[in-house]
Amino acid sequence: MSGHIVPQKTYFTIFALLIGLTGLTTWVASVHIEPPWNTWVALAIAVCKATLVILFFMHVKYSSNLTRIAVVAGFFWLAILLTLTLSDILTRTWIPPSTAWQTTTIESSR
Amino acid sequence: MSEHQATSGVLNPLAHQFDDLEQQHDASYFGMWIFLATEIMFFGGMFAGYTIYRHEYFSAFEAGSRLLDWRFGAANTAVLICSSLTMALAVRAAQTGQRKALITFLLLTIVLGMAFLGIKFTFEWTRDWHEHIVPGINFAPQGETLKHLQDAKVALPHVELFMFFYFAMTGFHALHMIVGIGLLTVLTIMAKQGRFSPQRFNPVEGSGLYWHFVDIVWIFLFPLLYLIGGTH
Repeated sequence: MSGHIVPQKTYFTIFALLIGLTGLTTWVASVHIEPPWNTWVALAIAVCKATLVILFFMHVKYSSNLTRIAVVAGFFWLAILLTLTLSDILTRTWIPPSTAWQTTTIESSR
Repeated sequence: MSEHQATSGVLNPLAHQFDDLEQQHDASYFGMWIFLATEIMFFGGMFAGYTIYRHEYFSAFEAGSRLLDWRFGAANTAVLICSSLTMALAVRAAQTGQRKALITFLLLTIVLGMAFLGIKFTFEWTRDWHEHIVPGINFAPQGETLKHLQDAKVALPHVELFMFFYFAMTGFHALHMIVGIGLLTVLTIMAKQGRFSPQRFNPVEGSGLYWHFVDIVWIFLFPLLYLIGGTH
């Protein structure tokens, strides 16, 4: 009834990992990685850190499946938001927009 | 249910709408996650906006990122992770019924949260104001700052847009920290009154989830705002 009691040792291990990963992401930023890959590396480390916090500090590892659905749904929504946004932004240059309408406007105004 | 109500004088840990303590605990934990899902959407919108303009004005965002001092960002990340540890230990103390430890860890979390805000307000935002890189109201980079931006060959309005994202995202994050500190203060008072027990510690756990969530937001803000321009 009081939920799963996590051993103190687990919390300290996760804490050490989080501090270590913070050090890693800061160190990686001092190394030259060709952009935009430096951002992807930093994001990968951030996702690892967030996962550790969610699973252990936020007890999702010990929670019911119902709760896990709520957790996954929240991040899945974010994934939809980012994916659909990027599918627009990143592909806009693939097909150049038609310039025919500009020509017609200029000619008709003359 | 009836045996709980029979103990007169002691605060009944079970609210009448629940069958048992486990159901009560699961409902509270689940409900808090539903709220956090809305928080993911709240911050998610800003992250999506950031992503679009980060893609659009790539080098301006890198140059803007170098205007921030990554050392304060890194220090604040460490402070927040420490506060998440003390928060997790506070929830554990509540689960195991250690009232003194609960109060100590709650107070430690409050102090660490205030340390975060202290670093943010005094060392970062004040410095940004003096360097004239506060968008909208005081954006006129001068001297070294201006030279750095000119060398990077970026348009000043694009850098200002980066600073808008910086202030909006860290500002809303700081607002969440202030709310969190308020919640923890109420919890500390309730803990002193002996309102929590291993049977009923849901407010501590719920506030803990909120605190950890705010930590996660910062985990993403730190590299995206401070590190994208490199620290070399």
